[in-house]
Amino acid sequence: MMTNINVRGWPVMARPLGESHKRFLQTMMANGIVDGDKARALHRHCCETHGAQYTPDKLDEFIEVINAQLQPMFMQIRKGLSEEDGLQYYALVNMAETDVTRMSADYADNELELFRKTMDLIVDSDNGTASSTDILNCADSLQTKKLKKKETEHVLNRLVQDKWLIEKQGEYSLSTRCIMEMEPYIRRIYQDQVKVCHICHNVALQCQMCENPTCGIKIHTHCVARYFKGRTDPRCPSCEDFWPHEIPEVYRPPSSQSQSAATEKTTPTPRATGQSRKTRRS
Amino acid sequence: MLSVVLTCSKLLTAASFRVSINSRAGGREATALYFQIAWESAPSVNVYTSSIRVSISGSLRRGRSFKTTIGSVTGLNIKAVMSQRKRPSNVQSSQSKGARHSEVLLGGGGGDDDDDDEDVTFTQPSTSQVQRGLARLTPAQVDLKTAEVVQFIFVKDQKKIPIRRADIVKHVVKDYRNIYPEIMKSVGRTLDTVFGLMLKEVDVKNHVYILINKLEPPGGELLNMTPSNPKIGLLFVILGIIFMKGGVVKESMVWNTLKKLRVDPGDRHEDFGDVKKVVTDEFVRQRYLEYVRIPHTEPLEFEFRWGQRADTEVSKVKLLEFMGQLHDQDPQSWTQQYRDATSSQTVPVSQR
Repeated sequence: MMTNINVRGWPVMARPLGESHKRFLQTMMANGIVDGDKARALHRHCCETHGAQYTPDKLDEFIEVINAQLQPMFMQIRKGLSEEDGLQYYALVNMAETDVTRMSADYADNELELFRKTMDLIVDSDNGTASSTDILNCADSLQTKKLKKKETEHVLNRLVQDKWLIEKQGEYSLSTRCIMEMEPYIRRIYQDQVKVCHICHNVALQCQMCENPTCGIKIHTHCVARYFKGRTDPRCPSCEDFWPHEIPEVYRPPSSQSQSAATEKTTPTPRATGQSRKTRRS
Repeated sequence: MLSVVLTCSKLLTAASFRVSINSRAGGREATALYFQIAWESAPSVNVYTSSIRVSISGSLRRGRSFKTTIGSVTGLNIKAVMSQRKRPSNVQSSQSKGARHSEVLLGGGGGDDDDDDEDVTFTQPSTSQVQRGLARLTPAQVDLKTAEVVQFIFVKDQKKIPIRRADIVKHVVKDYRNIYPEIMKSVGRTLDTVFGLMLKEVDVKNHVYILINKLEPPGGELLNMTPSNPKIGLLFVILGIIFMKGGVVKESMVWNTLKKLRVDPGDRHEDFGDVKKVVTDEFVRQRYLEYVRIPHTEPLEFEFRWGQRADTEVSKVKLLEFMGQLHDQDPQSWTQQYRDATSSQTVPVSQR
């Protein structure tokens, strides 16, 4: 019997999983990451296929049941926002190794080193991207074994295909799944170096920054969109200086209704909107 | 200070070998050390030293190191390297083995002796050994090992590589091998209750497993959610052909039928890619199909059969229903096949 801590801090017995839960989990394993709409559709289909009671808008509770069983396996289905489109995604993440060695089954040592160096570039950058030129230069000075240009391109393609990196016009950034899965590792390795969003407290690679030299707080682009929505005179939430950057529109997918309000949670359960979130201390 | 490093990559039993030691940073130089391991017992190791002799009684496990003194030199770290032996061997053979290995190490480089004889030599521990082993470990430690084995299995399965017991023992279970059966019981329970999966032994002699689904293959909407969706349709058509023809067909039959469905093994298909490769390599590796050479054929011909994964995962009754819909016929009209499908031996795991 496993006990877990629920939101109010009381120990609860882990509920045994029904076939609908297992089906959901298997699909998450096959896909790695799905967007919020697909996750909700999947919830419905799994319940219907296996004759389980289906309550719409109870996806997070459904997932919590699964997560209770996954905890001893050091796995979790987590909810996060994409830095690309600000949309909600659900990903099955591995929490056992907070290091890139989780990828070691698929990539050689020097390829992993290249990935780490790419991550260095991305974390250091202003806009959360690394150019292919800079990555190619890194490939030339690897400590493990140098990679040639063609080999480097091949590795980068595989990293994109395996959904670790996103490529746009020659610039590489970390995929949503990568950030969600590697956040503890990123925080540990880069510590103060990594930018953190002032609004949601998650790692922020693509973000805007307050121009006040004594302030300099960072906010995710999508958190900016939500926080400053409708304001004609946007002010920095920390120092109240004028916020000089362009406020993007909040991207609205067709059915973005139920986003439950943020609650105080101490367990690594799926999170709510970008307004306020607690991050998991690893 | 003198230092000797021998890295234990296998379980040492009674062994005796010679090492010569070189000193570092100006120390004394001893010319020889004898290590003698008397018997395999508890994991603790006692070390007796004199100026040139170090005796170890007990067994030395992989990665273990301990300090000892040699004469008046202190702070010696020793980890032992030998290849695995099951029973105490005579002094002579061990000495020669020892000499060979120890020389490799003294440069400070020597790595693990990482050969593959472990798969052959791993034998299941007895119940009493398991009990003793469990008594020494906390439930948390066992749970952690279970989690590691489960992760290992998933990584292998993702690439559809069959999972070898030897690999599980060597790479994950390691020092916990004396409670291996208990760990695997826990693994099986977890795979079932959390994931709806099961380990099935497909090679009893070499202990090779595949991970199979205890849930039925998804239909309808769910089919769209699984990334490998288009290929499942292709697979089902082929399984159907084989089944309708009594369980084995010549490959030419499969290719001709597929061609009629506008899937040409010679061309690159929009959804499947290299069709021939998917069917003869991917589906075979995944154990959905068997692609077997027909002996005495010139030119070489092959035939297709259902693979073990198909046998355990695919419901023949459902397949017949699928065929029935395809041909607008009552599945029961194929009496032979219907009988075959409903016989108890072919009921897949999910429906038991």
